[in-house]
Amino acid sequence: MTGFFQNLGMSYEWAWFVSTICGILLIALPLMLAVAMIIYVDRKIWASMALRRGPNVVGPFGLLQSFADGLKVFLQETIVPSAANKGLFLIAPIVTFTLALLSWAVIPFNSGAILADINIGLLYILAISSLGVYGTIMAGWASNSKYPFFSAMRASAQMISYEVSIGFILICVVLWAGTFNINDIVWAQKGHVFGIINGFVANPLLFPMWVMFLISSLAETQRAPFDLTEAESELVAGYQTEYSSMAFAAYWLGEYANVLLMCALNATLFWGGWLPPLDIPVLYLVPGFVWFLLKVFFFFFVFSWIKATVPRYRYDQLMRLGWKVFLPVSLLFVVIVSGYLMATGHFQ
Amino acid sequence: MIQTIAFYLFAVLTIASAAATILSRNPVHSVLFLILAFFNAAGLMVLTGAEFIAMLLVIVYVGAVAVLFLFVVMMLDIDFAELRAGFVKNFPLGMLVAVVLLAEMVLGIGAYKAGALDLGTPDGTAATPAGASNVEAIGGLMYSRYLFLFEAAGLILLVAMVGAIVLTHRQRSGTRGQKISKQNARRPDEATVNVKPEVGKGVSL
Repeated sequence: MTGFFQNLGMSYEWAWFVSTICGILLIALPLMLAVAMIIYVDRKIWASMALRRGPNVVGPFGLLQSFADGLKVFLQETIVPSAANKGLFLIAPIVTFTLALLSWAVIPFNSGAILADINIGLLYILAISSLGVYGTIMAGWASNSKYPFFSAMRASAQMISYEVSIGFILICVVLWAGTFNINDIVWAQKGHVFGIINGFVANPLLFPMWVMFLISSLAETQRAPFDLTEAESELVAGYQTEYSSMAFAAYWLGEYANVLLMCALNATLFWGGWLPPLDIPVLYLVPGFVWFLLKVFFFFFVFSWIKATVPRYRYDQLMRLGWKVFLPVSLLFVVIVSGYLMATGHFQ
Repeated sequence: MIQTIAFYLFAVLTIASAAATILSRNPVHSVLFLILAFFNAAGLMVLTGAEFIAMLLVIVYVGAVAVLFLFVVMMLDIDFAELRAGFVKNFPLGMLVAVVLLAEMVLGIGAYKAGALDLGTPDGTAATPAGASNVEAIGGLMYSRYLFLFEAAGLILLVAMVGAIVLTHRQRSGTRGQKISKQNARRPDEATVNVKPEVGKGVSL
């Protein structure tokens, strides 16, 4: 895109600047729209699993429900509790929302359709997702209220615990792909199994890693069955209890943008990203971003399906799963995968 | 142009947030400013071409160490009056530490200027081997030339970890923890029993 703006007669630096801004807008605006629609989809899926109708009043089939909700919270008054730490209280939702958007810079939507094609894309995602916990902690502390604080403590412990095993799972993928660049990781999955199936998930050594990654990404985004941070029956609404108006909306948007990001990561790292499922020339006629979006949507359906059907974990069970099951198993798989790759001479 | 702007942005923010870390009265604000300082330092590292180290800084320090730090500071009940009362008493010690740090900094910069250390080029850009990415270059060095140092560092960390676990682990008697494997292994025939008590007699379990 930089070249296009250079052709319009700009200097390289200005062209780079303008094209980067355009790239950010091209990702962020559709993402916000997607988040609004995906909230609607989420509610529809839960509704149909609970034999209800779900949102069906605003617009055709209730399609405009999220926009109506958005308008409603926009018009509400922003309430800052008098005992709250005002600065942090207002910064916290901004942090959450910004971090939720930042990771999308390195997600490839199609071959080469990526905002920042950097060598360390996967590490960048790990770094940004490890920052995500601050929005929650700051909100919990700055609210100066019991329930948000409990929630913040739960959230930080939970996210740190599951990031460890996510790190090991990603190392297995990186070992097999031989690169941290996400676009190259997608290319490495082309014809991965029998030369015809695209995707690491069909690999017997990486399939268990994908299952663990799916579960860990549920825990990382605090979705059911790991939604202990906003367990309604115990913590009112968790760290968002004291928030109202747009600050509350920023949390919602950030949360769903994170969920979509995790779906995109599942699709990109294990299911071949923008590659079609099978390495057959006919399937390449469909543009890559269609495959990518289909996969993301599929994983989002899995996320809502789980939320609609699975009861919440208890806190000690959550910690047990993270530290006593996922951590040793993922560590074992790092050893097995690297041993297999060394034995078969994959690195030559 | 854009590098210069980015450099001054990161550098000014690093120094400002480092100053705010020691100047702010609220310890939670201090930790948050420290995190901002880490983050901007990572930005400076990206500018010098050490993107791998920058990401590790964010993942390890910002993502893990500082979270625990913040956690502890939030739970502490700090008495500010008491803290300020100790200022005069601790002032000489603090000055001593500051002088030692200053001397180390001067020595370090002096050694770097003298060119005794093979760290990089003096203009600030790191000399990565041509054709290798940051990760590969560091990996190549770490697993060949510095293998034993690397393994020694790993052993030290392992010992520290075992030590921490030994220190904090205690066997408590009388607790009724959940043993999930035991629960899963339970079958109906061992969990339930059918009895037919006689009239007027109870059942003992």
